[in-house]
Amino acid sequence: MFDIVSFIPRAVVQSIPLLYGSIGETITEKSGNLNLGIPGVMYVGGICGVIGSFFYEQSCGGNVNGFLALAIPILCCLIGSLLMGLIYCLLTVNLRANQNVTGLALTTFGVGFGNFFGGSLIRLSNADVPSIALSATSSYFSHHLPFADSCGWFGKIFLSYGFLVYLAFIIAFVSAYIIRRTRVGLQLRAVGESPATADAAGINITRYKYVATCVGCMIAGLGGLYYVMDYACGIWSNDAFGDRGWLAIALVIFTIWRPNVSVFASILFGGLYILYLFIPTGMNLSLKELYKMLPYIVTIIVLIITSMRNKRENQPPESLGIAYFREDR
Amino acid sequence: MNNQKVPLIHLTKRKALPWYAAFGIRAAAIVLALIVCALVTTLLTGENPLQIYATMFAGAFGTPRKLWILGQQIAILLCIALALTPAFKMKYWNLGGEGQVLIGGLAAAACMILLGKTLPNILLIPIMLAASVLAGAVWAVIPALFKAKWNTNETLFTLMMNYVATQLVAFFIIVWESPKGSGKIGIINQATEAGWLPIIGGQKYLLNILIVAVITALMYVYLKYTKHGYEISVVGESERTARYVGIKVEKVIVRTLILSGAICGAAGLMLVGGTDHTITTTIAGGRGFTAVMVAWLGKFNPLVMVLTSFLLVFLSRGASEISTKFGLNQSFGDILTGIILFFIIGSEFFITYKINFRKSAKKEAE
Repeated sequence: MFDIVSFIPRAVVQSIPLLYGSIGETITEKSGNLNLGIPGVMYVGGICGVIGSFFYEQSCGGNVNGFLALAIPILCCLIGSLLMGLIYCLLTVNLRANQNVTGLALTTFGVGFGNFFGGSLIRLSNADVPSIALSATSSYFSHHLPFADSCGWFGKIFLSYGFLVYLAFIIAFVSAYIIRRTRVGLQLRAVGESPATADAAGINITRYKYVATCVGCMIAGLGGLYYVMDYACGIWSNDAFGDRGWLAIALVIFTIWRPNVSVFASILFGGLYILYLFIPTGMNLSLKELYKMLPYIVTIIVLIITSMRNKRENQPPESLGIAYFREDR
Repeated sequence: MNNQKVPLIHLTKRKALPWYAAFGIRAAAIVLALIVCALVTTLLTGENPLQIYATMFAGAFGTPRKLWILGQQIAILLCIALALTPAFKMKYWNLGGEGQVLIGGLAAAACMILLGKTLPNILLIPIMLAASVLAGAVWAVIPALFKAKWNTNETLFTLMMNYVATQLVAFFIIVWESPKGSGKIGIINQATEAGWLPIIGGQKYLLNILIVAVITALMYVYLKYTKHGYEISVVGESERTARYVGIKVEKVIVRTLILSGAICGAAGLMLVGGTDHTITTTIAGGRGFTAVMVAWLGKFNPLVMVLTSFLLVFLSRGASEISTKFGLNQSFGDILTGIILFFIIGSEFFITYKINFRKSAKKEAE
């Protein structure tokens, strides 16, 4: 009755934007920056990729070079999200602004930026196409292994995805390793836990915060790119990305600040996100709306449980959300 | 000593800046931001910047109708910001304004639909008021209880509550949809006008504006001159101090959030019963988040917040006029708002800190 072979691949493709977002936010939060601008960053990442490949497809006519079709959107996406990260860092690290307010402003700006260019790109560039449909570029992004189709259910569950999916898994495990096992990771955690101590030990706080936040934003931006290019088949529609950015931030708490846990947690979330499509409700459409609550309710429950258990290794970085000023006491 | 390196700039905290200097810095930031906004708009539309500002003014103040809409939008945004203010002052990040407004509106709509045929308006409206205030308060107090008891992160909890509220509204929209299959609730009680807030002075929006004006004044007094207001500031400044002087922090958190949610619920009532007479999942329209910035930019002072909410609403109305005129997307306003916010947020730094440049060695010697 419950078709697990078609359920898992759909849960996985749903989970990837969340996974990118949550890895990025975890790295950012490890440096003590609570970046609530991630939803905006993901929009900007997505739309910058779209803008890049839109102009590329327009300029080269029909014959699209595979390498450029991948490289241009990715590069544009990384640059766009890097700029967002730099704005956040400039305001919170150098100018010591409140991180929540800066993050919300960044989200307002980023979502507006995405929807604006998504809706006006055609008019602004005077192109004669009815809508943004980057099917040529998208086919390169969603290209999966050639022998996946011949492997039956195994191929469907494990091999049927575009390369950005596997890249997300690799980034998750690599960043988990760096955070927990390397010197850089140790210093990063020190900056997030107690910047004053880290400063006294000679760690450059400003540099760590900048690098962590900007790298985090770039990873999160890839999530937006994955969404439009692979999941949505290269078709940008305004507000389609929805609230995934906020879910990604919630996922960070769900995974207690561990990117490797995030791989499984995000697939779980992706599954919850689409579960309503698989539960038979008959003609009663209204129940589907209630099932859509599931990811949020699960997040709330996890939030409550982690705060109740109050274990030391499961707590957020000690200085999360607080700007560091050396002369402050 | 002379050989020692002195950094080029170093920062010190200012003691206190006279109000006119602080005001001047903020004004300069806004002017700078407006220049940047004009440049961006010119790049995108190719019009001259003065023309663009003229269009923005026309969009916000052009006709009496536009003025009333401006007033209404300021009122609702200000109302939500006022609701969030006591919580923020306590350093409790209530990002759930959106959900609290929605759930308040849902309660009002429920009363209108279920009781509209049986009760006269004089009974129905008080019931609606009670229902929406209660619903908003409950929605806000759930995260507050967990915050008080187990210190659960309220930023994300309230954020998630928004989406639970959205889905709840979506659920009831399908349950009550009319006509069947349209996926929305049309104007509720179109014929009987049951549960519609009365129109005073012949102006649809006047009542909302007056209510919010009263709430603004009350909130100002509440925060500045009452014991509750004082307790909120103490908890916000330092929880330890509050505990030391015998303030029950848990009680203050829960009490403040009941108030916060209740006002948000009332905002929902004003939207559903006063102006829209229907409910959608986007009725709050992101104001729950914009209100956070209104409150923060207004330094949690209800009177200053009137100005900040005016600024943000003016921008969005003006930008929407620009986008209509030049055939651009409506989200243009969000970009302008974002740019202005970046500048104002950044300007706070120059109010709090003083930048000292390295004095040249010659001057030192003299």
